[in-house]
Amino acid sequence: MQKVCQSCQKQPATVHLTDIATDGEKRERHLCENCAQKEGIMPKPANIMAHLAAFVQSSKGSVQQMAQLSCPNCQLTFVEFRNNGLLGCSADYDAFEPALIPLIERAHQGASRHVGKKPKRAGGDVATENDIVRLRRELDRAVDDERFEEAARIRDTIRSLELS
Amino acid sequence: MTVNDIVQQPGIWLEAEGNLADIVISSRIRLARNVVGYPFLSRATHDQRRALAGLLAERVPHAASSAKSSYIDLTHCDELDCQVLVERQLISRQLVEAKGARGVVVSDDQRCSVMINEEDHLRMHMIRGGMQLSNLWAELNQLDDRIESQVDYIFHPRFGYLTACPTNVGTGIRVSVMLHLPALKLTGEMERVLKAAKDMNLAVRGLFGEGTEATGDFFQVSNQVTIGRSEKEIVDEFKDQVVPRIVEYERLARQALLDEKPRAVDDRVFRSYGILQNARTISSEETLLHLSHLRLGVHIGRITDVSVPKLNELFLITQPAHLQKLNGGPISGEERSAIRADLIRRKLAER
Repeated sequence: MQKVCQSCQKQPATVHLTDIATDGEKRERHLCENCAQKEGIMPKPANIMAHLAAFVQSSKGSVQQMAQLSCPNCQLTFVEFRNNGLLGCSADYDAFEPALIPLIERAHQGASRHVGKKPKRAGGDVATENDIVRLRRELDRAVDDERFEEAARIRDTIRSLELS
Repeated sequence: MTVNDIVQQPGIWLEAEGNLADIVISSRIRLARNVVGYPFLSRATHDQRRALAGLLAERVPHAASSAKSSYIDLTHCDELDCQVLVERQLISRQLVEAKGARGVVVSDDQRCSVMINEEDHLRMHMIRGGMQLSNLWAELNQLDDRIESQVDYIFHPRFGYLTACPTNVGTGIRVSVMLHLPALKLTGEMERVLKAAKDMNLAVRGLFGEGTEATGDFFQVSNQVTIGRSEKEIVDEFKDQVVPRIVEYERLARQALLDEKPRAVDDRVFRSYGILQNARTISSEETLLHLSHLRLGVHIGRITDVSVPKLNELFLITQPAHLQKLNGGPISGEERSAIRADLIRRKLAER
């Protein structure tokens, strides 16, 4: 038999609680939804939906944005890339850059900036920038290893590159 | 040069250079490059693939001019010929299985191969017997410069050389060494080595690299980090740290085996020698297992009448495609096992 709400005595009770008092005695309570909300036992349904929507929005927002990325050149979408692991053209690296950087860093011990060889015909600016990044790391290592003369030499090279 | 010529010449496989050659079978470095003006291959049309293959087949051999080289078109290459090239480590299984226009430029000395239209437009490799990483990088670097003078590479100011898969981006370099580690396997220490390798971001694979499992006593160790470090740093880490450390472990394990269980080691080595000298039918897997024990016996001085070049030759020519190719064409598995056993007995009887 359906119980009636113990508070309003009108609506059918749909919220069933078992309180355990401090002396260890159990006390059962049967309330309708409205009364349960009034007592703050249950949040209002509208609130639940609003909370849920906000939560989905905050956590999924960036993922959804990235999923919608697509390359203006080859039309590959980021989702397609994630499915087969292969990029479609060189422009994908720029089109997907915000999503790619964390991926690249996870696969390469936190690095996503090239410091190695460059084509002889690539612009000189790129060359210098990469050299400076590489030299800074060499400088850190030299200092860590207490090779101070070498560190000073590397520091001077970096300064001259930065000025040029 | 054709596949028929390649199969007749053992190439680098008879060399055993460097002081780590008892354990390091071969050293290999690869660079991945793509060409400006074409999409990566997953998005390329048949016509674009054909145009790329045509362009690169013409220009790459010019660049690789320090040694004479030839282009082998794999669009029309039969399965057995392709398999020979895979067994030689001149091409990957992936290139064989790819679709559309593709091929490989192979230098006559077989030290250098440039795959065209594999995962990237260009994948150039240099390979040498034994531990040869520094020389190899110097040579490959020059080859890369020469090819670059003929074609425009895709290069990005932040990400470096762009590749179809971001796991290769930056330098596009993969350094691999093939190691013979029977004692680590026997003493059960291999698990620890595999774990240490994983912690150092290294991949450990089987004989034929990507997609093959690390079973048996032969392991290919390679880098996975390709960006944020220079090519030289990556090569030097392998040369100065990774390889010497693994070699040291293997040597310690060999010594421990000899100290603690000399009879068990001898038993294994001489049984394998006996089987290879007497078998009348033998599979390629069984051959590999016994050749591994024989190789161990030679390097710990237990077996003195088999040379390392002979071992390497047997290792090479007993592989399925080599065996068939050297015997005139496709042969069934059963017949192959008989021919293989005869070949091994004959080779081991030669002095």
